[in-house]
Amino acid sequence: MLEIKDLHAKVGDKEILKGVNLVVKPGEVHAIMGPNGAGKSTLSSVLAGREVFDVTKGEVHFQGKDLLALPAEDRAREGVFMSFQYPVEIPGVNTVNFLKTAVNEHRKYKGLEPLAAGAFLKLMREKQALVEMDAKLMNRSVNEGFSGGEKKKNEIFQMAMLEPKLSILDETDSGLDIDALRIVSQGVNTLKTPETSTIVITHYQRLLDYIVPDVVHVLYDGRIVKTAGRELVAELEEKGYDWIKKELEEH
Amino acid sequence: MAKDEDEIIENVTDGEYKYGFVTDVTTETIGKGLNEDVVRLISKIKKEPEWMLEFRLKAFRHWLTLEVPTWAYLDLPKIDFQDVIYYAAPKVNEDKSWDDVDPEIKDTFNKLGIPLEEQMALSGIAVDAVMDSISVKTTFKDTLAEKGIIFCSFSEAVLNHPDLVQKYLGSVVSYRDNFYAALNSAVFSDGSFCYIPKGVRCPMELSTYFRINAAESGQFERTLLIADDDAYVSYLEGCTAPQRDENQLHAAIVEIIAKDNAEVKYSTVQNWYPGNKKGEGGIYNFVTKRGLCEGFNSRITWTQVETGSAITWKYPSTILKGDNSSSEFYSVAVTNNYQQADTGSKMIHIGNNTKSTIVSKGISAGHSSNAYRGLVKVAKKCKGARNFSQCDSLLLGDKCGAHTFPGLDVQNPTAIVEHEATTSKIGEDQLFYCNQRGISTEDAIGLIVNGYAKEVINKMPMEFAVEAQKLLQISLEGSVG
Repeated sequence: MLEIKDLHAKVGDKEILKGVNLVVKPGEVHAIMGPNGAGKSTLSSVLAGREVFDVTKGEVHFQGKDLLALPAEDRAREGVFMSFQYPVEIPGVNTVNFLKTAVNEHRKYKGLEPLAAGAFLKLMREKQALVEMDAKLMNRSVNEGFSGGEKKKNEIFQMAMLEPKLSILDETDSGLDIDALRIVSQGVNTLKTPETSTIVITHYQRLLDYIVPDVVHVLYDGRIVKTAGRELVAELEEKGYDWIKKELEEH
Repeated sequence: MAKDEDEIIENVTDGEYKYGFVTDVTTETIGKGLNEDVVRLISKIKKEPEWMLEFRLKAFRHWLTLEVPTWAYLDLPKIDFQDVIYYAAPKVNEDKSWDDVDPEIKDTFNKLGIPLEEQMALSGIAVDAVMDSISVKTTFKDTLAEKGIIFCSFSEAVLNHPDLVQKYLGSVVSYRDNFYAALNSAVFSDGSFCYIPKGVRCPMELSTYFRINAAESGQFERTLLIADDDAYVSYLEGCTAPQRDENQLHAAIVEIIAKDNAEVKYSTVQNWYPGNKKGEGGIYNFVTKRGLCEGFNSRITWTQVETGSAITWKYPSTILKGDNSSSEFYSVAVTNNYQQADTGSKMIHIGNNTKSTIVSKGISAGHSSNAYRGLVKVAKKCKGARNFSQCDSLLLGDKCGAHTFPGLDVQNPTAIVEHEATTSKIGEDQLFYCNQRGISTEDAIGLIVNGYAKEVINKMPMEFAVEAQKLLQISLEGSVG
């Protein structure tokens, strides 16, 4: 599904990713954990194609395609979805309109006809139920005036609408109360298929109690320094990240 | 709506100025330059009565005493008014019988999406089509006449309804008003005339479509619209011009009179050729538009979507003379590349309990400059006036400018006047968010801009709202990246 080889990236003069290697296979859930400033959010932004970051070295292949060669919108249309840590408000742009445009752009990329209004509304209602999204929010501008929890639900709702192959959840748990966390996680789990993969980026264990990872990585100072099974989550929670730092310094 | 929105998005990919073609048609022109003989000649070509020639001559003599106004926030190049052709007319038959109209002209309006055959015409819209200096066709004239509505070219009105024209011509915009108003009054060649009699609700949208075709010529049209007691009319004008390297002059006048309880909605989609990406060519658009709410409880609404012209200088205004009269001004002005706009509105409160609203949305991109200029005036004896003004600016990129010059002159303490202004920028984070959902940057700008302008677009008649939406997106083509 996704293969990252020796990825380096910088913003301005500051190098943030210093050689990331990662392989994600279909059906797998990977967790990327790490202390603040390790480069977790940069990694997700670089994969999604945000232009403020410069990729200075390395390769990323997504389903055999050179992902870095594609503009952000084509990466999305190829099936890479990113749930934003801070979903952006777009005043004046109605949520339904926004989603319809997005869905139909995806369809056009695949050579499909745009969805008829009726079919679109049906799809929307179906997916709304999945994350218990308040229908009233659909008539508002994208994310405008949404609470933190509503914004995150809206991310997962959009993910459901767009049916990506690879979902990158960037700190989706931040700002969520326990009920919202449960709803959002359930949504993600329901959408999971043997053909789709998920990368969960998080600081805490909390989210990983609900979305159970197959593989856990620790990103530290722009590199993945440790990879293990899900048991690593509990170990990190217990010992904190200092333990990793110490281990690194000893080597 | 669904399909139209999809079309809008598809249209983005080929978003150059679409109306830049030239029609190959025999054109009668007079020589360049302006003097009293030219004014007399125009009047003669149009077989005008003596009073009309007198009006023109008075205006011309006054114009000679005036200087080009320079107070606007515009970098105005020197215009040589002797280097302009003041009359250019495509050859049409005198009786304007449709079968005799040059197929090239029919074709032109078809290409512009304004079919002039009534059976093919946009449903429920009567059109007066003006090319260069003359009106080539007015549709649905007979249908309207049944209700007593007069809708015809200005030239016909001068000949067939001299009483009405003489009574109202220059009554709202005097030829003494300003430099361009004087110029227009001297040389105007055609335009539309409309009279809605007492108690009549005009059953269809009326519209004038202005097209400049001839090279080196200016267009000087006049519109005179009178809504008698309890009458209602919704009126729209559209404008396009061929793509040419040199600048062309357009100086128009619109006068509206609303009597007791009358309501006039006046919408404009201005898409004159804006010049190329380097700022070469384009129309200089100097327009004086004013309405008079003469009667009790009368109402005039201005809605404009301004995307074209190299330079726009235009302030649709209303004089609220009748007690309880009201007026609204809704505007979206887009400037891209090297376009310059200085536009806004004036609301003059004279009658008691008069109300006005100004909503102005400026969008600037490229190296353009976009200024809002407004005046809200409340006269000394005017009690209970109320105004709300809102001026928003949206910037794309960092090389464009937005400026706001709101003016207030309140002479009566009972007035309530509010002004709000905002400036925002389309952020990279917003565009990236859209990209991440599979929406290209161009389409994202279209969505955001249309969302921003919605409040104004929604005031337009449906058919034109769709057109206006497309225009906004096309005008901003290539403004990012």
